[in-house]
Amino acid sequence: MHTTSWHSVGNSMDECIKCNICTSYCPVAEVTEAFAGPKYSGPQAERFRALDQIAAPDHSVDYCSGCRVCNEVCPAGVKIAEINARARAQMAADNGIPLRNRLLGRNELLGKAGSFAPSLANFVLHNPLSRVLAEKVMGIAAEAPLPRWSTTGTFNDWLARTKNQRLRSDKKVVYFHGCATQYYEPFIGQAAVAVLEHNGYEVIVPPQNCCGLPLLSNGEFDAAEVYHQGNLARLAGFARAGYPIVGTSTSCTLTLKEEAPELLDRHDEATLAVKGATWDIFEWLRELAETDELRTDFQPLGTDEKPFLLPYHAPCQYRAHRVGKPSLDVLALIPGMDVRESRARCCGIAGTYGYKTEKYQIGMDVGAELFDFVADQGPVEMTACDSETCRWQLEHGTHIPSRHPIEVLAAAYGLYDLEARRAR
Amino acid sequence: MIIAYALRNTHHPPVIHQREKITMISPSLSTEILVIGGGATGTGVAWDAALRGFATILVEKRDLTHGTTGRYHGLLHSGGRYVVKDPHSAVECIAENRILRRTHTHCIEDTSGFFVVTPEDEGDYPDRFLAACAETGVPCKEISVAQALRREPLLNPRISRVFEVPDGAADSFLATHATAQAARQAGARILTYHQVVGLLMDGGEGDKRVTGAVVRDTVSDETIHIRADLVINASGAWAGQIAQMAGVGVKIIPGKGVMVATNHRLVNTVINRCKMPSDGDILVPVHTVSIIGTTDEKVADPENLVITPGEVQFMLAEGDKLVPGLSRARIVRAWAGVRPLYQEGFSGDSRDATRSLTLLDHKARDGVRGFLTITGGKWTTFRMMAEKTIDRACEHLGVERACTTASTPVPGIEQGHYWLGHRLHEVEAEALQGGLVCECELVTRQMVESAARRNPTVTLDDLRRDVRLGMGPCQGGFCTYRAVGILHEIGRERHDPDFVLEGEADAEEWEVAYLQSPAQSSKGQSITAHATPGATTESALPTRSPAIDRRSPVSNPNLLLRDFLQERWKGVLPVLWGRQLKQERLDELIYLSLMNADHLPDAAAQSPMTGFYRGGDGEKKIVNGE
Ligand SMILES: Cc1cc2nc3c(=O)[nH]c(=O)nc-3n(C[C@H](O)[C@H](O)[C@H](O)COP(=O)(O)OP(=O)(O)OC[C@H]3O[C@@H](n4cnc5c(N)ncnc54)[C@H](O)[C@@H]3O)c2cc1C
Ligand code: SF4
Ligand code: SF4
Ligand code: SF4
Repeated sequence: MHTTSWHSVGNSMDECIKCNICTSYCPVAEVTEAFAGPKYSGPQAERFRALDQIAAPDHSVDYCSGCRVCNEVCPAGVKIAEINARARAQMAADNGIPLRNRLLGRNELLGKAGSFAPSLANFVLHNPLSRVLAEKVMGIAAEAPLPRWSTTGTFNDWLARTKNQRLRSDKKVVYFHGCATQYYEPFIGQAAVAVLEHNGYEVIVPPQNCCGLPLLSNGEFDAAEVYHQGNLARLAGFARAGYPIVGTSTSCTLTLKEEAPELLDRHDEATLAVKGATWDIFEWLRELAETDELRTDFQPLGTDEKPFLLPYHAPCQYRAHRVGKPSLDVLALIPGMDVRESRARCCGIAGTYGYKTEKYQIGMDVGAELFDFVADQGPVEMTACDSETCRWQLEHGTHIPSRHPIEVLAAAYGLYDLEARRAR
Repeated sequence: MIIAYALRNTHHPPVIHQREKITMISPSLSTEILVIGGGATGTGVAWDAALRGFATILVEKRDLTHGTTGRYHGLLHSGGRYVVKDPHSAVECIAENRILRRTHTHCIEDTSGFFVVTPEDEGDYPDRFLAACAETGVPCKEISVAQALRREPLLNPRISRVFEVPDGAADSFLATHATAQAARQAGARILTYHQVVGLLMDGGEGDKRVTGAVVRDTVSDETIHIRADLVINASGAWAGQIAQMAGVGVKIIPGKGVMVATNHRLVNTVINRCKMPSDGDILVPVHTVSIIGTTDEKVADPENLVITPGEVQFMLAEGDKLVPGLSRARIVRAWAGVRPLYQEGFSGDSRDATRSLTLLDHKARDGVRGFLTITGGKWTTFRMMAEKTIDRACEHLGVERACTTASTPVPGIEQGHYWLGHRLHEVEAEALQGGLVCECELVTRQMVESAARRNPTVTLDDLRRDVRLGMGPCQGGFCTYRAVGILHEIGRERHDPDFVLEGEADAEEWEVAYLQSPAQSSKGQSITAHATPGATTESALPTRSPAIDRRSPVSNPNLLLRDFLQERWKGVLPVLWGRQLKQERLDELIYLSLMNADHLPDAAAQSPMTGFYRGGDGEKKIVNGE
């Protein structure tokens, strides 16, 4: 894509020293010939891109999953994954966006639609016949791990139901739940609220939009911009007032912090205020722990003889947060736990990547590293990962349930049932 | 220069001695027209001469375009730059601009051009500019600043007016090679690495005549005599030296110009300052980079051009006025070229010398027959210069033959104008990602191989001009050793007595029209479809590439590697800071620490270019061991 300003991520191509370290780490380039790797698609191809060319010069960049392994290993600070995302957006603008990608990009719309009649929606979406149809008509892989709508109402429904039970406090925190918590996994939000309130914080949940990430990764920048502006309007005031904005979805928080500003090339005051106020929930909890403000009245989840064995995979987005692995740091405070850290580069799903027919197998091949790691840990009851789509992929690849670390933490506080996934 | 071949490496198969090769070369040739100089001008002259049916030989002391033509700014002038100061040049430019878009389509990118009025360019120049465009017939349209900024977002937002003209960007390497191929197809013979060391003269005082030239093959170090009815001196900034060999004084005003390239394109339109032509006032998008230039300083020697830090700083500061922030962008390279300007009796500043072409008829001017000098002008006007020269040649040779170059396209134009993404597009379409040698500039292995096999190649730098090898951000960091390995492999094929080189015929055919196309190279596009029927391309002199001929001492891989590293280093040295410095540090680790490039065998081996790359003795060398 065209360099539109000196702030554009495309400009970071100038940092590249061609070392090829990114290429040797990229999990996608390793498993498919269709993708030549981050250096090729990122800083190199970028030199051949411009607005208004007679054709989009390259298409293989569409095979970049956006996992950001490349960004993490690049010694020069090239924003490779973002360059690739912008190139996809340019391609989308040039070629039009397939219905499939439009649909996958509209997490919020899908979520809302399904929530009117979740059981029916689940049936419509998940019965084998419609999956075959979805594959044939739209290119959504029949095997891919699509989520199920919550049949007990949305997160907001729960909030409304339990309005009177909410903690009032001078210490306040804003919670950004994201689409997945709202429509598919409201119990994640319940766990988060339980943990935050247990630590003495009043939880503010302002009305909010989808963060826009699925749109961004499917190249629909204009639509993403609308969502982004919507969120700014509702969140910037809290940010300016000094409230932290925490989220349980590593991708949503990343979008507010970085993806939206960078990909949309937005550097206005409201964007920067929200960017500065946004935290991944564990990043924020770790900060509390470091100042001894985090409650540690844990109930052991296992014993010294028989610790609670939990394979944990840090999602790709943590790389871009550049915060280390905060959930790992916080979970380590819980007695009786044996958290095994996966060093796999990516689960393979990378947002909506692994849903697409032509990429499903690539996603599974990329994820093999992680699935093998889990299998190597012996029999386990569950795995953990902070990102929803990664959890779904993990479950799909290992046939073992997967939980958000916030559920584990809430369970350790005795506030949550890890099996049934609901607040106690 | 005496070439010392000291091949000490016992791992190499014995090098067949020079003598055996030379016996294949006839020591003397004769022709109707001998052209000296393989820049745009000389090559154009050879093309025109051959098309008009003259037996023609062109000699160039190095590779085609090694002179000013390969070191220029890359601008296909609309004429806009000259409308006020040099209207005659402007008229020539716009006429040729229109013609070259047809005859050399694939060598040109249709970028369009802006003349912008920055806060420093006040006064009545813009209005005079507009009026002069109308007078000279240079199409010019004022557009709104907002529209210009939409098209070029990095442009200085404080500009007050913008005029659009039909400027373009042109690849002079490809254009000259394609012109040379067209000349060959019309029967001309192109001899690169053949240096004129003297002129053959007849007659006494007052009735002198140039009858040919003494030419040294700088690869084999053999000397040949070429007899000609007419010798045309198209040696650019060196024209004075050649004229001197005929005892004729031609005072060239060599105006050095410095240019600096950014790592990627900052603009996609040619950006000119709308003011009286001066220094650092044009930014040209050429292939993957933007080039800011240039200066104009009278120099004594067209050969060893020094670039000072002050010149680079100045260029960047001026660049900031067009694109604020340019000076902080990554700069990959700086280089300089010399304008071969000439003005009879002129003794002022080179900046003020005319840009018009000059044809010197030494019979009328100096009483020396059989000798013409063509100089001045611009790349943009090379075809017109050739036309005027051969018109005069016809008079000298007593024939009347019409020029046809304006309506004769060179091979390859069906590819259309080149565009920034064309290489990436082709690499993707043909799935050639796995075969990239130069990753930055997307040069495939086939492109390197076919360039080496299909036109004379002595150094890797020759391949750079052919396919852009090593012109990207790493400046040869990763492609140098790969390319050396490939040439070495081809050389081994040839050394095997039982081996029949696939495409050997092509190698002899001299095929360059598709050099820049990854897709065509991968398909093995052959010349046969474009050859003019009946034209002879057979040659008594070898056109095959010494770099891949195991019998030639310059095919030594260590020498190829060292030469190219040194050549690339030369252009990086003046811009060695920031991100490029980081890059060079990695390149240094690769070549000096990992490959021990400064202690490779054959340290004394030299190619015809080694001395040139090393420059003056005081210059730091990348392979000096420290
Ligand atoms: C800095 C700069 C920027 C420029 N930018 C532009 C631009 O943007 N657009 C434009 O249209 N024009 C531009 N020009 C002008 C243009 O580049 C030149 O006018 C043109 O390239 C001259 O071509 P030439 O063939 O006459 O000379 P050259 O390209 O110099 O060719 C002369 C050749 O003669 C050879 N030679 C010398 N001595 C001998 C010998 N003894 N035996 C055999 N061969 C010999 C040399 O090796 C050389 O290759 C620029 C010039 C300069 C200096
Ligand atoms: S984001 Fe992931 S898939 Fe894309 S180039 Fe980087 S490492 Fe490869
Ligand atoms: S790791 Fe970074 S510097 Fe190295 S090639 Fe990749 S993008 Fe360039
Ligand atoms: S390897 Fe570097 S110079 Fe060679 S081609 Fe690359 S980027 Fe270019």
